[in-house]
Amino acid sequence: MAEQARVSAESQTAAASSTAVSLDFRKRTRIGESVIQGFLFFCGAVSILTTLGIVFVLGEESLLFFLDERVSIVEFLTATSWQPAIEDFGIIPLINATFITSIIAMVVAIPLGLGAAIYLSEYASARIRGILKPVLEILAGIPTVVYGYFAISFMTPVLRGMFGKDTVQIYNSASAGIVIGILILPLIASLSEDALSSVPRALRQASYGLGATRLETAVRVVVPSALSGIIAAFIIGISRAIGETMIVAIAAGAGPKNFDLSQDNLFGYVLNPFVAAETMTGHIARISGGDLSYNSIDYNSIFAIGLMLFIITLLLNILSRYIVRRFREVYE
Amino acid sequence: MSSVSQTGNTSSGMPTDEAMHRNIAQRRQRGRIWQGVLFASTTIGMLVLVILLATIINESFGLIAVQSTVDPATIADRPLEELSKEELIVILEDNLKRRVYQRLEREQPLAERDQAALLEIVRVEVVQEEVVGSWPLNETLFNRAAIEAEVAEEFPRAEIQFRSWINPDFLTNPMSSVPALAGVRTALLGTLWMIGITILFAFPIGVGAAIYLEEYATDTWYNRIIQTNIANLAGVPSIIYGMLGLAIFVRAFEPLTSGTLFGLTDPTTANGRTILSAGLTMGLLILPVIIIAAQESIRAVPNSLRQASYGLGATKWQTIWNHVLPGAMPGILTGTILSVSRAIGETAPLIVVGASTFIVTDPDGPFSKFTALPIQIYNWTARPQDQFRDIAAAAIIVLLIVLLTLNAIAVLLRDYIRKRRSI
Repeated sequence: MAEQARVSAESQTAAASSTAVSLDFRKRTRIGESVIQGFLFFCGAVSILTTLGIVFVLGEESLLFFLDERVSIVEFLTATSWQPAIEDFGIIPLINATFITSIIAMVVAIPLGLGAAIYLSEYASARIRGILKPVLEILAGIPTVVYGYFAISFMTPVLRGMFGKDTVQIYNSASAGIVIGILILPLIASLSEDALSSVPRALRQASYGLGATRLETAVRVVVPSALSGIIAAFIIGISRAIGETMIVAIAAGAGPKNFDLSQDNLFGYVLNPFVAAETMTGHIARISGGDLSYNSIDYNSIFAIGLMLFIITLLLNILSRYIVRRFREVYE
Repeated sequence: MSSVSQTGNTSSGMPTDEAMHRNIAQRRQRGRIWQGVLFASTTIGMLVLVILLATIINESFGLIAVQSTVDPATIADRPLEELSKEELIVILEDNLKRRVYQRLEREQPLAERDQAALLEIVRVEVVQEEVVGSWPLNETLFNRAAIEAEVAEEFPRAEIQFRSWINPDFLTNPMSSVPALAGVRTALLGTLWMIGITILFAFPIGVGAAIYLEEYATDTWYNRIIQTNIANLAGVPSIIYGMLGLAIFVRAFEPLTSGTLFGLTDPTTANGRTILSAGLTMGLLILPVIIIAAQESIRAVPNSLRQASYGLGATKWQTIWNHVLPGAMPGILTGTILSVSRAIGETAPLIVVGASTFIVTDPDGPFSKFTALPIQIYNWTARPQDQFRDIAAAAIIVLLIVLLTLNAIAVLLRDYIRKRRSI
């Protein structure tokens, strides 16, 4: 009420002053309004500038990298050894490590996240939701460097205790992957739960009416109806796992797992999650954390890796939005 | 339902009574089992949280073994704590090398220092106390005898003490290469400075962008691009923002971010790896989050408020400033606080932008080199010695307390709004 009173008071004074000056009711151009609108448009454009900046910076430095005579783009995409010291620039070992940790993360996060989402949306009473949802929110708010600490000082010793110290190295992909899974669990749970909750009640009631149990309703009616949203949540989760840096920088190893397929065992070494393997993000963090001189090939190389990372995550994000738009079931 | 038709069909297509009851019992049984499984997967989050906190607390408290190179009994007849200021100075004169003594005297005359400071110097320089071993809380509580036996064997002169690695000194000491003396003072101040700049940069621009998109933007191709772009930016990995900050703020804008443009720092040592660069990088990182949160709260302001304002002759900006923003502000603030708490915990962009790991002097402005709390945690975690793990755990507790406080403020704010709206 107070606000309304103030408004009317303001408009009265405005009216009074305008009658005193003139009685011109034509639309006036107000310079102040245009300036403000211009500034606000600039604020919106900052986000475009950020994207352009990212694309420009990554593109320019990568171009310098690929134009260097010591680098060939074919070798970059196909060679299986990354050793800047001897001018080996094959990104495969880094990508390999990134995918191993991300796949382990998804194996942990998808069943648990979807399970939690189904429970929270279909089973939980208001009281239990009130306890469990904040716990997931707290998990989502813990900084990743803390998860990194958790990986190295809890998960790694547990894995080494379970599988033996000879099998599991101190730095390994499995420990980092499992903890990344825990990190993205709340994300997947909350996005999937949003998708499940938006399925209309009538569908559930129809299913109950036909005699289905709660589980049958959840698994055969609600989940399929919300599938596009759930899959989009999985893809966003993968994208987050690929871009995650601190956990792998701390727990996954401080050197690329270079390999030679003619000599190294595929499952014993190349795909073995218990071996130390530096990921794309981990490598960028380690190289840029050291003394890095600008315009060196090392400096340019991390931008080439960054460009690869940016393209992969961008494609995944676009794919997830496309799936939501294209396959969403629309209910009247 | 395929499971219904699988069991006990008669020729008429309907299951017999007995088969139907069996079938229903089976389905209910399956439902109960799966309900348990689903509940378990929900509670795993809680379990992890408990283990995580337990791991951190376990490392932040515990026994330490302290051994001194020189036995205090040989330099004083009473315990060191009981000595007066004058007696401590005499000890320093007698036992320190001339050069070391003069250096200390130059830094600050010994006579002007207080007893506690002198005691600290005697401990570090003369007695040379050193923490030779540390044990986590669980071993301290359940395995004390074994620890005592181990210490007695390996370090006969060492003394066993209980130490809480998180203590007032830890908050006020600067960084040090000796874990027992290290603290988070410089890191905390660095984080505060950086977050201040982040907020000053990201809040006005984020809210401005949200107002533009919600109140001004018409459905044109460029506005659609801005909106899609913001959603995409929110999904870009944080380390990429670090690389953007490194190339743009640290290198391209170096004269500005190092302060040489304003004549504040020496151009020969200028380096853009400053608080300002880090703050701006973090600002770009949380900008999409702030915009999305602000858009949602602006959208929630009822249209009737706007129409009433226009009806009374207010201009568009007057309507926004006097009615839309006050209504949306609590929601905007909540979103901002949450995104700021994300920025406080972000580590990867700071590593790339070039936060220093070893800073002893307090940051004194936006152009100083800096370290931050998560950088310190990362740095200490990455070291092999046990005691650095312990102080990393203590630093994590400090960080979590900061974040918890911020989140509590955000939750209180949200509840306050809900209450006010419902009246």
